[in-house]
Amino acid sequence: MQFMLLFSRQGKLRLQKWYVPLSDKEKKKITRELVQTVLARKPKMCSFLEWRDLKIVYKRYASLYFCCAIEDQDNELITLEIIHRYVELLDKYFGSVCELDIIFNFEKAYFILDEFLLGGEAQETSKKNVLKAIEQADLLQEVSTEVYYHHCKATAIGVHHRVFGLSL
Amino acid sequence: MALKIVKGSIDRMFDKNLQDLVRGIRNHKEDEAKYISTCIDEIKQELKQDNIAVKANAVCKLTYLQMLGYDVSWAAFNIVEVMSSSKFTYKRIGYLAASQCFHEGTDVIMLTTNQIRKDLSSPHQYDTGVALTGLSCFVTPDLARDLANDIMTLMSHTKPYIRKKAVLIMYKVFLKYPESLRPAFPRLKEKLEDPDPGVQSAAVNVICELARRNPKNYLSLAPLFFKLMTSSTNNWVLIKIIKLFGALTPLEPRLGKKLIEPLTNLIHSTSAMSLLYECVNTVIAVLISLSSGMPNHSASIQLCVQKLRILIEDSDQNLKYLGLLAMSKILKTHPKSVQSHKDLILQCLDDKDESIRLRALDLLYGMVSKKNLMEIVKKLMLHVDKAEGTTYRDELLTKIIDICSQSNYQYITNFEWYISILVELTRLEGTRHGHLIASQMLDVAIRVKAIRGFAVAQMATLLDNAHLLTGNTQRNGICEVLYAAAWICGEFSEHLEDPMQTLEAMLRPKVATLPGHIQAVYVQNAAKLFATVLRKHEGETDSHAAQETSQLLIDRLPLFVQSANLEVQERASCILQLVKYIQKLQQKKVEVAEEVTALFAGELNPVAPKAQKKVPVPEGLDLDAWINKPPSESESEDEKPKAVFAKEEPKHSRSRHTEVDEKELARRREARKREQANNPFYIKASPSSQKVYDAPGVEHIPVVQIDLSVPLKVPGMPMSDQYLKLEEERRQKEKAERKKEKKKKREKRGKERKADSGPESEEDIAPAHQVDIVTEEMPENALPSDDDDKDPNDPHKALDIDLDKPLADSEKLPVRTHRPEVLKSPAEDRVNESIPQETKKRSGKEKKEKKKGKEKDRKRSKEEKKKKKHKEVEEELLESHPEEAVQSEETKEAATPPTSTSAEEETAPSSAAAVDTSSAAAPESEPDEPKDAEPEDTKSSKHKKKKQKKEKEEKEKKKKKRHHHHHHHSNAGGEDSVQNGTVEEEEPLPPMSNYFLLAENSYIKMMKEDADQVYDIQGNHQDESKVVVSVIFENKSDSFLKSMEFNVLDSLNSKLQRPEGAGAHDSLTVPFQLPPGISNEAHFVFSVQSIVMPQKLKGTLTFIVKSDESSTHEKLDFKLHFTCTSYLITTPCYL
Repeated sequence: MQFMLLFSRQGKLRLQKWYVPLSDKEKKKITRELVQTVLARKPKMCSFLEWRDLKIVYKRYASLYFCCAIEDQDNELITLEIIHRYVELLDKYFGSVCELDIIFNFEKAYFILDEFLLGGEAQETSKKNVLKAIEQADLLQEVSTEVYYHHCKATAIGVHHRVFGLSL
Repeated sequence: MALKIVKGSIDRMFDKNLQDLVRGIRNHKEDEAKYISTCIDEIKQELKQDNIAVKANAVCKLTYLQMLGYDVSWAAFNIVEVMSSSKFTYKRIGYLAASQCFHEGTDVIMLTTNQIRKDLSSPHQYDTGVALTGLSCFVTPDLARDLANDIMTLMSHTKPYIRKKAVLIMYKVFLKYPESLRPAFPRLKEKLEDPDPGVQSAAVNVICELARRNPKNYLSLAPLFFKLMTSSTNNWVLIKIIKLFGALTPLEPRLGKKLIEPLTNLIHSTSAMSLLYECVNTVIAVLISLSSGMPNHSASIQLCVQKLRILIEDSDQNLKYLGLLAMSKILKTHPKSVQSHKDLILQCLDDKDESIRLRALDLLYGMVSKKNLMEIVKKLMLHVDKAEGTTYRDELLTKIIDICSQSNYQYITNFEWYISILVELTRLEGTRHGHLIASQMLDVAIRVKAIRGFAVAQMATLLDNAHLLTGNTQRNGICEVLYAAAWICGEFSEHLEDPMQTLEAMLRPKVATLPGHIQAVYVQNAAKLFATVLRKHEGETDSHAAQETSQLLIDRLPLFVQSANLEVQERASCILQLVKYIQKLQQKKVEVAEEVTALFAGELNPVAPKAQKKVPVPEGLDLDAWINKPPSESESEDEKPKAVFAKEEPKHSRSRHTEVDEKELARRREARKREQANNPFYIKASPSSQKVYDAPGVEHIPVVQIDLSVPLKVPGMPMSDQYLKLEEERRQKEKAERKKEKKKKREKRGKERKADSGPESEEDIAPAHQVDIVTEEMPENALPSDDDDKDPNDPHKALDIDLDKPLADSEKLPVRTHRPEVLKSPAEDRVNESIPQETKKRSGKEKKEKKKGKEKDRKRSKEEKKKKKHKEVEEELLESHPEEAVQSEETKEAATPPTSTSAEEETAPSSAAAVDTSSAAAPESEPDEPKDAEPEDTKSSKHKKKKQKKEKEEKEKKKKKRHHHHHHHSNAGGEDSVQNGTVEEEEPLPPMSNYFLLAENSYIKMMKEDADQVYDIQGNHQDESKVVVSVIFENKSDSFLKSMEFNVLDSLNSKLQRPEGAGAHDSLTVPFQLPPGISNEAHFVFSVQSIVMPQKLKGTLTFIVKSDESSTHEKLDFKLHFTCTSYLITTPCYL
């Protein structure tokens, strides 16, 4: 996998992870182009598109688009599986995750991603193991920051969009 | 200190944390930029504080801002500070920030090396984990070089959590620092069998990624992966392995054969679509690689196609898309099996998802045949009418043209139909592809001579209705077809029924609104038409018509003379003057037609697209040299008009020259005319007929309202559909005729033509016209082309490294700490690389070898005879120094000195054969003690050695057998291909030379045979195991080498076996002497305590160099490497 982007329906980038070295300028350009292309697609269209010499695999969960770039020979379906797995992990970790969780705890979202993928390859296919690693690492964190998370999550903004309905 | 902490936490209470920042940004939607710039100012303040917590908080906020697109590179150093915090909380944030913000150009990365190294070796696994994760994002070549060894050590960490991360990150390290691949590879390979499934899958991942890029270096791992594939149940791992096999099979078709079965089993059994898809893809890849060699895999193809059909029929758009994608791969090699699913593919054209429709279109391209082309194109034309978006419609248009024009119009049986299709396509509003249609029209009209009459008539109609095409704007791309129409009418004007009318149409004032380059063609071709008209009317008594034509030109051309376009203006004024002159001549009743026609005489032939490139450069001509001084850079290029034509020349594969004799042609023409006359649907292209377009959007044309219950046929305009019917009828008729003929023939010839009675095949469809497609011209002496190359910038290219070569000392990774382990290349597998050149080189040798092998028997009994026949070096040795070399059977076994490394494989089996026969023939003579060589050799070791020898002999005999077959294969190719079919399966690839350099100086070269051939383990693991090392000594000097003594410094684990009574440090005498240029082989036995310990033994060879004048004593040091893997006995693994 070359990179993974999370962006909202409004085209706002929520998370980016690049597994290939690119300059900031190039990253921005790619992001802009892809967000536009993916958002322009109709909802009933298939999740794959060819873009430059890469294949883009994307999936929409509620208001968030998860978008991965893979190489020509890579397996599209397993990439979809990776995306889904990541969403499941987020869901388990945050407890029915919503976009706001990712916005306010974006570093947590990264930590989870980093436990799941490394250098663009799936490093741990067991959900349980990923969560265990994250939880143990979290235990090492200072307690004070933990308090913040819970505080923030509760007060984030009146309405909670619990729309990540994971129909597995 | 305590105060500081308190102060810190108080500070933090007033600082914004990340959540505050996010909330703030959301609350300042109007002036976001301003808000953020104040935040950045705050962050800068926070970064100046000593408190690491504050700094970490600031860095965390920066990471968020970086995602929003703000530049945070100025804080790189602060990020490093946070990374180096001892607290995991901050370290984690620091590494996250680094992985998001750092890239190769970030200079502070240099500062992180030691910090990262410290973190990697941290006792806390999460510190190490975080460092590894971060490193995977920002590793640079420098970091990779400095840390490669540390990471490699981590691959053997006790915790699987670290191991799997270390394994995965190695791939990034390899990419940045390719030199690390060879030293690290053995350990990576070990990880394939790690007890932890996560680590194992990580290793599979990495090796698969490596192998996909440079598959040939990983062929030797095929048996291992095959085992993994059949044993693993983890779909993630399976997918990777199967993908890897997909990359390997093109290099090793025999592997493919073995794969088919397990893959088909998986296809049947798996419920995971991703795995199924991967299997199908790999099966396809296998079948593609086998397609040349193996005749029948129809069952597997059928299975794949069936499974894909299920995917395509699925309601899930994703599966549908992938099904079509995979189907297109099958199509390339097995078009027939896909063609039967035409209905399904055509159905997909109706799908609401455009990407699926496009995939289906791609497939159709490969599915057409002579039989179904018209039908498929008809369907596509319907879709063209229905299509809403211009992009998709344009895509359809180009696909139609692609489909029809592919392989030099191979599938078109009726070019009238094709021209009609092209004309119908011109009705598309707003397409960008006018020039594409135009170039097709030109190409067909030029290259298919038989169609010119028809084409010209159609083009004349187009020109007459030009106003419909030009429509509203000049930007309308479709008016490009007028370019083609005008040119065709002009160039082939002899076919025009009424050139005068066309001429009139071409000189209408409206033409002046067309783009310049089209006007230019109009003007030029008007002149050609003029010439034709003149010639037509020449000889008539009444010259009125001709003069009228001149007058028409003189009246209309001034409009073009005023054109703003230079090209148009120039041509127009030229021609105007010419016509004026002709008019004068006409008034004097001078015959001018002949001369005017001469202006445009000559046939135009198409030129191949590559022709220009193929013109050989004359000797002494430097095309790169400047003729004049190079222009200054500021000079801007003139804006050239877009080259309209000669771009889409169809790809030309082979031309079809069908020769038919004149009688046959005439007969068919007659038949067709009759048919046409009787066919109410056939429309004669007469210029007088009424021309009406039914193109949409042309409301200004007065249309008489007629109430018709019958669909209106527009006369004058070709309707491609009618050709479909016509074609059907024609084919029916032809079929019937053929049947009749066949009957007759059959009556005559009896059973001779039985095979022909099958269903109508491709070839049976005769084209409607006998078409001579003019081939594209190429220059003489065209050079053969070979111009595809790999992208030199591909980072994976650097990883194209031979992994089976043993590791040289210089290759070791820079090590900081002491590491006792020595890495050496693992045992070479039998299924090794195939090196075509080597095989070729060998086949010649093998031929000799074979001969030699047969003759060995005779050689034994009649030593004298063979002298004349064999010139091989070892024989020369035997002959010229019989007293040295032929000491005993024992030494003889060893005394087969190969001449060069590439010859060794060949000599080995022959010597084995020699020994074999000798031991059978004269067993009693065997125990002779060598006279001067190794007299001290102990009985026990000798016995063991012999045993080994025998085993080896057997092995080698086998090998020889295989070589023998191989030889057959390469030399006698076709004759015994049937036999090869079975033999091949058992035959391993020709192994590479197993000898590699041990040590060398100006006198002597020592080569050690590589592991798997030599290190045989005797006895069980509790006892001492014995290992035999074969060493070739080659005399490189001009002097005689003698008294060679071989000694090795024993270790606790490995000891050189010395004769009884000898001391632990005594050296062994090498049992032969070496004349100049000669090489010989000796075996040394080592006893090994433990085979799980790798060893490196230092040794010395001493010898006396004796030349004519003097003799000196010389010494050569060497090192013997025993890796654990080299103790393994490799049994050939046939997949």
